[in-house]
Amino acid sequence: MNWEVIIKWLPRLSEGAMLTLELVAIAVVAGLILALPMGIARASKHWYVRALPYGYIFFFRGTPLLVQLFLIYYGLAQFDAVRQGPLWPYLRDPYWCAVLTMTLHTAAYIAEILRGAIQAVPPGEIEAARALGMSRPQAMLYIILPRAARIGLPAYSNEVILMLKASALASTVTLLELTGMARTIIARTYLPVEIFFAAAMFYLAITFVLVQAFRLLERWLRVDACQGR
Amino acid sequence: MIFDLHGFGPALAAGTLMTIKLALSALAVGLVLGLLGALAKTSPYKPLQWLGGSYSTLVRGIPELLWVLLIYFGTVGLMRSLADLLGVESLELSAFAAGTIALGLCFGAYATEVFRGAILAIPKGHREAGQALGMSKGRILWKLILPQMWRIALPGLGNLFMILMKDTALVSVIGLEEIMRRSQIAVTASKEPFTFYMVAAFIYLGLTVLAMIGMHFLEKRASRGFVRSAS
Repeated sequence: MNWEVIIKWLPRLSEGAMLTLELVAIAVVAGLILALPMGIARASKHWYVRALPYGYIFFFRGTPLLVQLFLIYYGLAQFDAVRQGPLWPYLRDPYWCAVLTMTLHTAAYIAEILRGAIQAVPPGEIEAARALGMSRPQAMLYIILPRAARIGLPAYSNEVILMLKASALASTVTLLELTGMARTIIARTYLPVEIFFAAAMFYLAITFVLVQAFRLLERWLRVDACQGR
Repeated sequence: MIFDLHGFGPALAAGTLMTIKLALSALAVGLVLGLLGALAKTSPYKPLQWLGGSYSTLVRGIPELLWVLLIYFGTVGLMRSLADLLGVESLELSAFAAGTIALGLCFGAYATEVFRGAILAIPKGHREAGQALGMSKGRILWKLILPQMWRIALPGLGNLFMILMKDTALVSVIGLEEIMRRSQIAVTASKEPFTFYMVAAFIYLGLTVLAMIGMHFLEKRASRGFVRSAS
């Protein structure tokens, strides 16, 4: 193992790590916002409300992220309407394509987590809220969603870590995030073992920090205390 | 067919076959690794516990794509010294072998946790009953633990297999001619990226649906004699 090389390229790798973190942070936050209405619709009693998010979720969970990324980054350019459209400067940029794809992808998974969490809220609590005279939207806002947030938080933290690992795919559309940066450095140094090892350590460290942060968040939200059924 | 494939249909079919082959061989590697990992993690020996634990933590914390790249490009030096040792002209890992190892490694790390949960879910009394009957440790594992574990672990393994099948797309990065790589080749020739990537997406969807149906039957078979508790 050639440690000097690793130390020499550490600044560039941390640059890549920053981009990785940025991509993941935008995707999981935007994904959560997008997933909220979808998750609520998925938990609906009416089939026609469930159908549309179901199709969306089925597509995005049934196909690899790599295919979705290529569909958006390379695929959209096939249509003249897109290339002449106002959004072309963004859709031409690998950064925005990666952000868009990751957001759409993770939103499908988060929506499923939300649906599970909403359906896991004990019916007695919803009935209690209704009996106290809360309207349906009030019960949703003050009782169901805060409760579902705590039920779904552990699964959401898993999803964030999965997205961290999925962000490595952004390197396939020329983005220089952690994996992309590592591949660029390897093209220059011909030392795959050392540089990939260093990148792997970065990923492990980020995962570790995220796991600890979510553990703190769970304690802060008193998730344990809410689990008693 | 609403898509004009420009004669790339057979190539895509061959790619689909390759994807299935890769997924199944990675599954075989992963199941063995997962079982070993779970046995190590639940064993009473501290070093084994540590080994199983660090395997699943380490592998799960690193992206699958990085494993694929690391195993494909990282083993070139290793294979070269191995070839020198064996006196063979040249030895290198094919993209298929590297993909199988990398995806099997990742599947095994997650399967370790699934199997471990299944082992822990088997009542202690069953193991004790086996011991009381004078069964050896290996026999208890083979006749008592494994058959019951299979039923409990199956839904979790099914989810992992679907993730594995989608992860096979990553191996296109090192040039294995599976669905994604074949689509990329078709795109360079036809200049119709959306069409071909959409076709690839639908092939993956089809495979996922097939796997779901297969899992349904396996689960039904594995849980025969058990009544689903009414929820």
